[in-house]
Amino acid sequence: MAEVFFFLGGIGAIAGAIGVVALRNPFYTVLALVCHLLSLASLFLLLRAEFVAAAQVIVYAGAVMVLYVFVVAYVGGQAEPLRAAGGPSLKVISVLAGVAIFTELAIAVLGSGLAGIDSEGAGYAVGFGTPEEIGRLLLTRFLFVFEAASFLLLIAAVGAVVLARRRGGLEHEGTS
Amino acid sequence: MAIGWYLTVSALIFSIGAGGVLVRRNPLVILLCLELMLNSANLALIGFSRMHGNGDGQIFAIIVMVVAACEVTVGLGLVVAMYRRRLRIDVDELRELNG
Repeated sequence: MAEVFFFLGGIGAIAGAIGVVALRNPFYTVLALVCHLLSLASLFLLLRAEFVAAAQVIVYAGAVMVLYVFVVAYVGGQAEPLRAAGGPSLKVISVLAGVAIFTELAIAVLGSGLAGIDSEGAGYAVGFGTPEEIGRLLLTRFLFVFEAASFLLLIAAVGAVVLARRRGGLEHEGTS
Repeated sequence: MAIGWYLTVSALIFSIGAGGVLVRRNPLVILLCLELMLNSANLALIGFSRMHGNGDGQIFAIIVMVVAACEVTVGLGLVVAMYRRRLRIDVDELRELNG
């Protein structure tokens, strides 16, 4: 049964990713990314990362994507013109680069000879991936990381406000 | 399913995202392709976390999500600033820093 769900989630995630790259209208691109994120959350659930899957759906597919939709609606989701920037040769080279990256990653990961890579993973311990376990790890062993992340979020919020101010976001202070 | 399958899906999504960053010219879509790459890294991290039966990888994935949220806010702020200055929303038009 897990195989069926894995292939459903994997095909959904890859189809969403291809939709993000291939669709011309930015609005449909955002919707394709939402589909991708939901499929990815199902894969996280299969890997027994329950809290991360829930956070993925609520924070990512919910909040962050709404931000994208607002900006697309504000900026105007005009479709890209069909001409390629550097001609068709740039596209061919980009696709080749993507294929090369995939080949390299596959060789690097599958050729690493890790013992657990062909297994289903370590035995399931009770509480693995639950909010309780994640919270305990975040507030004990990874407390510094947690604080650094919250500080980073604060800086990013201030930076976004400074950048997107109503007048002269990128100009001198005196004009604002 | 063996963990290797998850890692293969993750590598595929990463390469799709990398190709998208190279192909697309709308900065909004480039940001979305960056999200794809970060999410594929998350999938690999959670796969390794499952492989070792250790929760550290999941913490790593959550921190990656935080960093992605920061990147989104700053990136979307830049797009809005470009729009306010009546610039075209196209990365190829922003050539002023080209040497």
